[in-house]
Amino acid sequence: MSMTTDMTTEKNRPAAPTTAAQAESETAISMRGVTKIFGENPQRALNMLQEGKSKTEVQAETGNVVGLDNVSLEIGHNQIYVVMGLSGSGKSTLIRHVNRLIEPTSGEIIVGGKDVLKMSLDDLRTFRRTKVAMVFQKFGLLPHRSVLDNVAYGLEVSGVGKKERQEAAAKWIETVGLAGYENSRPQQLSGGQQQRVGLARALALDTDIILMDEAFSALDPLIRSGMQDELINLQKSLHKTILFITHDFDEALKIGDRIAVLKDGAVVQQGKPEDIVLRPANEHIEEFVRDVNKARAIHVRSIMERGATEPCELCVSQDARCEDVLPLFAEHQWVGVTDEAGNQIGRVTAKQVIKALARYTPGVGN
Amino acid sequence: MFPDIIDTRPLRRAIDEGLNWVVANWGTQFEAAAHPLLVLLNLIEKLLVATPWWVIVLVLTAIAWRATRRWPLPAVVAISLLFLGVMDLWRDAMATMALMIAATLTAIIISIPVGVAMSRSVRVRHVLTPILDLMQTLPSFVYLIPTVMIFGPGKIPALIATIVYAAPPLVRLSDLGLRSVDPAVMEASRAFGTTPGQRLMGVQIPLALPTILAGINQTTMMALAMVVIASMIGAGGLGYQVLQGIGRLEVSRGLFAGLGIVVLAIIFDRITQAFGRQLQARIGLVEARP
Repeated sequence: MSMTTDMTTEKNRPAAPTTAAQAESETAISMRGVTKIFGENPQRALNMLQEGKSKTEVQAETGNVVGLDNVSLEIGHNQIYVVMGLSGSGKSTLIRHVNRLIEPTSGEIIVGGKDVLKMSLDDLRTFRRTKVAMVFQKFGLLPHRSVLDNVAYGLEVSGVGKKERQEAAAKWIETVGLAGYENSRPQQLSGGQQQRVGLARALALDTDIILMDEAFSALDPLIRSGMQDELINLQKSLHKTILFITHDFDEALKIGDRIAVLKDGAVVQQGKPEDIVLRPANEHIEEFVRDVNKARAIHVRSIMERGATEPCELCVSQDARCEDVLPLFAEHQWVGVTDEAGNQIGRVTAKQVIKALARYTPGVGN
Repeated sequence: MFPDIIDTRPLRRAIDEGLNWVVANWGTQFEAAAHPLLVLLNLIEKLLVATPWWVIVLVLTAIAWRATRRWPLPAVVAISLLFLGVMDLWRDAMATMALMIAATLTAIIISIPVGVAMSRSVRVRHVLTPILDLMQTLPSFVYLIPTVMIFGPGKIPALIATIVYAAPPLVRLSDLGLRSVDPAVMEASRAFGTTPGQRLMGVQIPLALPTILAGINQTTMMALAMVVIASMIGAGGLGYQVLQGIGRLEVSRGLFAGLGIVVLAIIFDRITQAFGRQLQARIGLVEARP
């Protein structure tokens, strides 16, 4: 369903009248010039920021902390958009602006064509119940309720009947692989299982948008990796818009269709994963890239040589990653690359792969 | 000596006369306002006295079993109650229990909403904290005398004095419990579009319940500590026996009645504590006992 028809079918809320909002049907979430200042006198700090003072100067002079500094993001439908940053970079602040758990000091936030900041409290509640669901780093489950009642929670608060919400909850519990645990309490489950409950609770609301705030950061590495795979799998059938926050660059590369890197509350770079790996915007990002498994991040399509070549003995999809083709070079000089239809569109050689991987490794290449 | 800076006598006189004026002009209104308390207390007392002793022993023992699911506490409860009966203290014990239950119920009805208000607003907390301090530290006779003047000696001033003394810990612990609910859970609840009422009833109060129950436990204990003083102004019960024992220099009477109060305290303390532990285990604050 497109956003425009969605807007007109909503009876109790008039479509946002602004032209800016109407042009928004292509992006699910759009943040424009969002600045958040924590502290006593945000307006003064905001003026200083606009005069071009730095975050540290503002903090030294006014005691206010700059959480977000003029952040603009356009997040398209049905993709996993990852915001990556170290602790204190403002990424958790950023995600809480989307469902207005935090109010910005200035800026504009449009979600699904509606201006979030202009909503009344009542509209905001309806918006949270029907448009955006959220998964939390610390799970945020209700310890006094069973798994089933936790998953049904979102539906319960919006007034869905007991039978209906429990059926929906049971379905999602099964989807996330927790069938049989319906009557357990959260604290009887492992961390990974608890986060599955958190995920099921968000999915049960059947919203277009899911916000995931460091959802897998509290989990053990193996469990985390498994959850990432499952999220990617789920996304293949659900096609949600997922805003995912993480401090883990590997995680960002693995699950992100788009990545934005946040530092000191400002977006430093945004783009496709390989854009960031192949062309890091500054030293800060290069530092991340240095330690990352580039073979996983770089897709064949971004380094292949296009054009007609002789038919290949061995072909890979253009969506394959470098790590998938590397073993093939043990037997072959080059491998062909095909598009979705299976037509050969180019080829990739061992040399190209090595060049891409070696590019930003310190002491090698440029 | 401290120099006389101002003459305080007019102030004292104004207060005394003010109270006299209130007693003369508003006494009946106050009594009418406090009448529901008397009704509640009498109802509970009549119920306890009319119930056969073995039913009360059975019910309390069953509650103790329900709270712990092990035999020691029910045994202690049964033996304690039989001790009250054997020592010919049953009737007085029921009167004391009625006072304690009435005071606790009233304290719950007043304190939890006040605790909610305190947990939500720093300003309310700043105003109420010194008042609660005052209620707990002011010697009870200081407010006992004006209450007796307004209501006349009897059960109402005894009950009011008991409530004033016993309510503060419940207010404090309700406030504390509500404020210490895991902020991550509260935020998650907010993110799912809950109204403040839904968060209070569905998240905050259930999660604060163990702490609130600790407050109820404190309230019952303080109410029992108040019974001797309450009996001085006509509450009757075990406290009155203690008072008579002192008056007649009958050590045995005072001792047994005093032990009766201890026995009641043990029963209610252990039962409420056991329920508190059970709740905490359910919420996962402590490991449940296997």
